[in-house]
Amino acid sequence: MSDFRIALAGNPNTGKSTLFNALTGMNQHTGNWPGKTVIQAKGNYTFNEGNYTLIDLPGTYSLYSNSADEETARDYIIFDRPDVTVVVVDATSLERNLNLVLQVLEMTDQAVLCINLIDEAKKRNIRIYDDRLEKKLGIPVASISARNKAGINLLLKKIEGVAKGEIVTSPYQVKYSEQMEEDIQRLEPYVSQIVKGKYPTRWVTLKLLDGDRSFMDHLYQRVFSEGDVSHV
Amino acid sequence: MGEHKMMSLYESRPGDHLLIKSLRLDGAMLRRLLDLGFVPGAVVKNVQRSPMGDPVAYQVSRTTVALRKEESSQIDCQKVKGEINHE
Amino acid sequence: MSEIHTSKNSLEQLFQHAGEMNHSREEIVGDIFQASRSISQDCVKYQEATNDQKSEKLDKILTSPIWGYPIMLALLGGVIYLTIAGANIPSSMLASMFSYFETYLTLGFEWIQAPEWLHGLLVLGLYRGVSWVVSVMLPPMLIFFPMFALLENYGYLPRVAFNMDRLFKGAGGHGKQSLTMAMGFGCNAAAIISTRIIESPRERMLAILTNNFVPCNGRWPTLILLSSLFMAAGYTGGLQTFVTASVVIGIVLFGIVITLLVSYGLSKTALKGVPTHYTLELPPYRKPKFWDTLVRATLDKSLYVLKRAIKVAAPAGVATWILANIDIGNVSVLEHIVTFLDPFAHSLGLDGYILMAFILGLPANEIVLPILLMGYLSTGAMTEVNDLDALKSIFLDHGWTWLTALNMMLFSLLHYPCGTTIYTIYKETKSVKWTLMSALIPTIIAIAITFIVAQIVRGLGWV
Repeated sequence: MSDFRIALAGNPNTGKSTLFNALTGMNQHTGNWPGKTVIQAKGNYTFNEGNYTLIDLPGTYSLYSNSADEETARDYIIFDRPDVTVVVVDATSLERNLNLVLQVLEMTDQAVLCINLIDEAKKRNIRIYDDRLEKKLGIPVASISARNKAGINLLLKKIEGVAKGEIVTSPYQVKYSEQMEEDIQRLEPYVSQIVKGKYPTRWVTLKLLDGDRSFMDHLYQRVFSEGDVSHV
Repeated sequence: MGEHKMMSLYESRPGDHLLIKSLRLDGAMLRRLLDLGFVPGAVVKNVQRSPMGDPVAYQVSRTTVALRKEESSQIDCQKVKGEINHE
Repeated sequence: MSEIHTSKNSLEQLFQHAGEMNHSREEIVGDIFQASRSISQDCVKYQEATNDQKSEKLDKILTSPIWGYPIMLALLGGVIYLTIAGANIPSSMLASMFSYFETYLTLGFEWIQAPEWLHGLLVLGLYRGVSWVVSVMLPPMLIFFPMFALLENYGYLPRVAFNMDRLFKGAGGHGKQSLTMAMGFGCNAAAIISTRIIESPRERMLAILTNNFVPCNGRWPTLILLSSLFMAAGYTGGLQTFVTASVVIGIVLFGIVITLLVSYGLSKTALKGVPTHYTLELPPYRKPKFWDTLVRATLDKSLYVLKRAIKVAAPAGVATWILANIDIGNVSVLEHIVTFLDPFAHSLGLDGYILMAFILGLPANEIVLPILLMGYLSTGAMTEVNDLDALKSIFLDHGWTWLTALNMMLFSLLHYPCGTTIYTIYKETKSVKWTLMSALIPTIIAIAITFIVAQIVRGLGWV
């Protein structure tokens, strides 16, 4: 029996699997090359008497429909609605990694940012201001070194906080060009009527504007086979 | 240094810093390059060629990514002054 | 949009409508990137440190036009050399330990007056099958894989893919194919799953169909053993190890050449198409946790080998013993099979026993050699194998020459994938046709090449 489902998202090669192993004790191999985790792994851990199921999503650069892996990760976050999505990022290339974080924040507000490889960043004289990030992104941030098992406790506390609703988040929303924002506003009311709070309205609207055919197909499949969207 | 001459990323040389202007690509490749940080306005650095000359490794968004000639020749950029590089 | 009837239609309509607004992915991603950049400028401070350029400097050497390939070859050679140099003694020790216990097992069986067939089935079949797999497999695996894991965790593999990409592109494949090949050194089935990192279906299929030409876990020991027994026989000491390693490296390189040729052939025929898009990230080098990596790789591999030994070697040992001990007419079933296969096998420079071992070894490559030995022992005079020299005399007694050894190595390298791998290929491709191809292509190549080699060597009177 598990109380909460936690999804791990992140770019390839950010030490996601190392963290997964550190938390679940499962013996999954970790190597240093992109795309190492191709199989979705599941494991359990307990924290403060709460039971958590951890789902290791495939490592992806983004959550658009560029590949099967990206669709898997995206669909899990959108359709399976984990209690918390933890985005694992590489402290030494935060800029590129934030890209994925911002995409996740468009999809869910139940998120925690986990900055891994903080030891590596220190070695390379990179200083990351967690507090500023926390304020800016509006979600809890934890810096860790998964392979040294440092900072894990704080991370787990923050995951617990979000899972139990003790930490209230207010995720950063990317502001698009004026024209884009205008179009989003025009479409949003209609989208909202259809998805009825089951899916993030703004994000679905973005997918429409993006012309993401594959997502639409998945949405139709999910939603209309379950029949959980009533006729308008 | 010809700082304002337009060229393709493929024509750059190891050590060059380049400001990306536009990408003449579409579909999955365009999206992948965008994800990796090859976005107009970004400055990338040509790090080095592979032993047989192609692909070439570029530093982008503080990561290193290798591209083949087919793609890098479709990325338009301008050489800009970077930090001094000892080669 | 007031005439919306069902939500599906309405979504579809919205989708059409949104499409007319003419926004692009480039625009969306560009804006997200601007946001990422500004956030990171606010929250991250970089001070370029000297060791920041360590990876770059290392890459200047490890992927340089002059040193890139020699270093790759030297690392591969070094790992194989150390494996061979280190594996011999523990292998012999394990073999004599197992044979020591076998004596007591046999005594025990005699003491309880167990019927002979039971002793044969359990001791000569099951026990020997397992003990040979363990003593031949375990030591090389325990040296090879921890070293390999160190290189992998350090971040060297993406550099191999970077160096090799031009060759794979020439063959119509993807640079990441070399990453999946590196996985194949461990296990081809796992490597088939790892081909998911190749996004283009065509190039992924190439990687799947050719992965078998990388010798896996189950085939390394066969290559190493035969090479050291037959190829380096005339040498002693360090030189012997060196020659053994060189032959094994030669076989591995030959496998890579075949991979490239088959990829090229397929990409010009059944899998026509242009190389698709390619990006490869070169992560910074990271010092692996040395002992952590060693211990984990060692434990992982020992567990893996032992599990395989029990799961496949034990039943195979029993099955082989049964085949060798049930007679039809005056001759055992096994010998009937061997006699039937012999003429064909002979034209490939092999013999009926070897071919039978490969056929019975379909479930796992690890058991090919033990089945072969059991087959030989069921007809020969020798009853115990407690060191590697004894192994060689078994082979010699059955008319082996260096050609037999070479062609068995080639056949092992090139033949159809093991049962697990074939099943994995089916699961990954969901195509009966491609699964069959993945077994047929290697088999045809294995037969053709061993045939040609045998004919040339015999024609020139070299054996």
